Amino acid sequence: MSPKVRRLLLTVGTPLVAVLFAMGIVSVILAATGVNPLDAFQSMIEYAGQPRTQVLILNQSTTYYLSAVAVAIGFRMNLFNIGVDGQYRLAALLAAAFAGNVALPAPLHIGLTILVAMSVGAMWAGIAGLLKVTRGVSEVISTIMLNFIATGIAAYLLAPGRLAESAEGSNNIATPTIPESGRVPGLPLIPDTVELVYGLIILAAVVGVAYWYVLGRTRFGFDLRATGMSESAAVASGVNVKKMVMISMLLSGAVAGLVGMPQLLGASYQYSLDFPAGLGFTGIAIALLGRNSPIGIAFGALLFGFLDSSAQILDLEGVPKEIVLIMQGVIVLCVVIAYELVRRYTVRQVARDVGRRLGEAGPPPPAPAPPAAGPSTEVPA
Amino acid sequence: MSVDSDVRIPAAASPATPARRRAWPRLLLILSGLLLLFSFVRVVTGAEELTSAGTVAAALGLAVPIGMAGLGGLWSERSGVVNIGLEGMMILGTWGAGFAGWQWGPWAGVAFAVIMGALGGLLHALATVTFGVDQIVSGVAINILALGLTKYLAATAFEGTPGGGQTQSPPIDPIGSVTLPGLSQLGEALEDTELFLISDLGGLIAGLTTDISYVTVLAITCVIATWWILWRTAFGLRLRSCGEAPYAAESLGVNVYKYKYIAVVVSGALSGLGGAYLAIVAASIYREGQTGGRGYIGLAAMIFGNWRPGGLAAGAGLFGYADGLQLRSGEAVHALLLLAAIALGIAGLYLAWKRKPVGSAVSLVLAAGFWWWYASTTDLPPQVTFMTPYITTLVVLALASQRLRMPAADGQVYRKGEET
Repeated sequence: MSPKVRRLLLTVGTPLVAVLFAMGIVSVILAATGVNPLDAFQSMIEYAGQPRTQVLILNQSTTYYLSAVAVAIGFRMNLFNIGVDGQYRLAALLAAAFAGNVALPAPLHIGLTILVAMSVGAMWAGIAGLLKVTRGVSEVISTIMLNFIATGIAAYLLAPGRLAESAEGSNNIATPTIPESGRVPGLPLIPDTVELVYGLIILAAVVGVAYWYVLGRTRFGFDLRATGMSESAAVASGVNVKKMVMISMLLSGAVAGLVGMPQLLGASYQYSLDFPAGLGFTGIAIALLGRNSPIGIAFGALLFGFLDSSAQILDLEGVPKEIVLIMQGVIVLCVVIAYELVRRYTVRQVARDVGRRLGEAGPPPPAPAPPAAGPSTEVPA
Repeated sequence: MSVDSDVRIPAAASPATPARRRAWPRLLLILSGLLLLFSFVRVVTGAEELTSAGTVAAALGLAVPIGMAGLGGLWSERSGVVNIGLEGMMILGTWGAGFAGWQWGPWAGVAFAVIMGALGGLLHALATVTFGVDQIVSGVAINILALGLTKYLAATAFEGTPGGGQTQSPPIDPIGSVTLPGLSQLGEALEDTELFLISDLGGLIAGLTTDISYVTVLAITCVIATWWILWRTAFGLRLRSCGEAPYAAESLGVNVYKYKYIAVVVSGALSGLGGAYLAIVAASIYREGQTGGRGYIGLAAMIFGNWRPGGLAAGAGLFGYADGLQLRSGEAVHALLLLAAIALGIAGLYLAWKRKPVGSAVSLVLAAGFWWWYASTTDLPPQVTFMTPYITTLVVLALASQRLRMPAADGQVYRKGEET
């Protein structure tokens, strides 16, 4: 096998095998609790075949994709932005409050709302970046803390008389509803259903392309990846690591700010107590699954979107739909373990290849030594 | 490496070195100073709940799960494995407590919770130690997995049980508590005097000696045992050496993998115990979302305590106190602002005396700010109390990151014989 083919096989095969392995484990759990796993999988797949479910899957995946890209930007630089969760919630709340309280022409209204969300996300992530750069505080810890602080701030702000108004006839509290000019119309991407796909799926695609371009095709992206792979090498080649940490944290936070937008501007039009939470952690899982590559993340997001959306059918069949959460957790663990094993295998393989090539190049210059000379070169025992 | 000096400390410090001898009086001085301060603020503001026995007891109770998660983090990180999965292991513990607790009694619940937590730890050890997966990645995955697993198991195990359902277990019998006979009455008597300082001391004594759950006693024992095992035994020295310099430990014949496994499994078991406390003692029931991020607060308490059992207990106590006070009385929490102002003022003066103008100025400005906050408001939004542990941790990290010292090889992947 040529190294190229081998690499391709490993790239595609590893996650596939890991996912199958995870499904095996989940099957055991299902069987142990008295459910036929094949039936469960079959009804999930059948349910996913319906156009309505497909819209749900795409919508869910859009959100997941943005979240995972936000996490991946940090990952490429060896930064662990666990704070995507807090960043997008705070950003969505403030953007919702902004959009619900102004009246502007449509493109401007939407554009400014998105800008507010990105700035808030970037600012919240920037705190962690600043603490790391100036005080050497690990971003893992600071972003975890910032998540909880964001929860507190959001709970404080989302109260009648502050950013929210209480809806009549329900005990849900929400920001003012965003007027028509601030909404993003849905797209009829899936035939045979009246349900629409979030218009901001386009934004997710743009973010994906931008992510690929900036990291893969620009000097900045090269510096960023170099810093992630070897900080000392990057420093030696003149990269200002502190600046890079700050910039990538800000970028990661800005993308995190977008996570809530498809839902906010395409479906709920307000930030309320039941706005989805925890998307940041799903994003971490998907970024790991997709190995930080824009394409890989897309597949990961679709897989998670599929699992989430098609799980709804399981409840009707008497299987707790939480089995899907188990499946997601097991998939992530299996996939990261598989990647690690493959990485070690590849390192060994490369070492062996190099060794063989050196061997082929053979005993240097006086190459085909005449047999007669043989014995004389041997060191006497 | 500077690491070595720390590893050697236990051996060198065995017959109480001067530093160690001086520590106790200083600790007592700080504690009595704090008591004086609290007492003063109580008398000035009239917020009686500040040092009442009820508040102290509530603080102790709330500190237990935080402390157990933190202690779990301590074990794991001392062996060089970062454990973000504490929250997940705690969740597993709450379910285990609910599952075994309602069927076979509270002690079975405790045991089962510890086992569930330990299994979570085992999984983390398998992924990080055997397979060398990034420790934070594995922790995040375990949190996701544990959440799903408990939800699923709860739905299958508790659906249709008496008083139970998809998200909660049937009630668990109480586990019982202990009251120290003499001290408890003495404390109550002192508290009733309503005198400056005497009453506060009484509240403290009564709160710490009345109706202490057996699980709390177990938890306190765990903290002390951890300190003794990790800092006073050869086993502990080896375990900590794995977190400081695994390859050096390896060269001395320590089986690093084994110690890491033990540490991470113990870490999970302790988190599970924290979960058991929440389910059995605090709520008498397993309920979904019961942990409420306490695994992460435990992590914060551990960092606050500089990766040491004493500091960790202090951190857990502080966070538990803020929580407990909030539950007892919102007005008393407001009095804490005055307390913070006075404490910062004293710190400012102390720094000025030490000729540190910058620190002194910052402290005094902050003190003035807190004073202004106290004087211009009449209550504190509950969200502020909720955020207190996290903000405290960030501030401690930002201000004292030079004085905090985590294990040198914390978070690094160790492969036997592959030192780079």
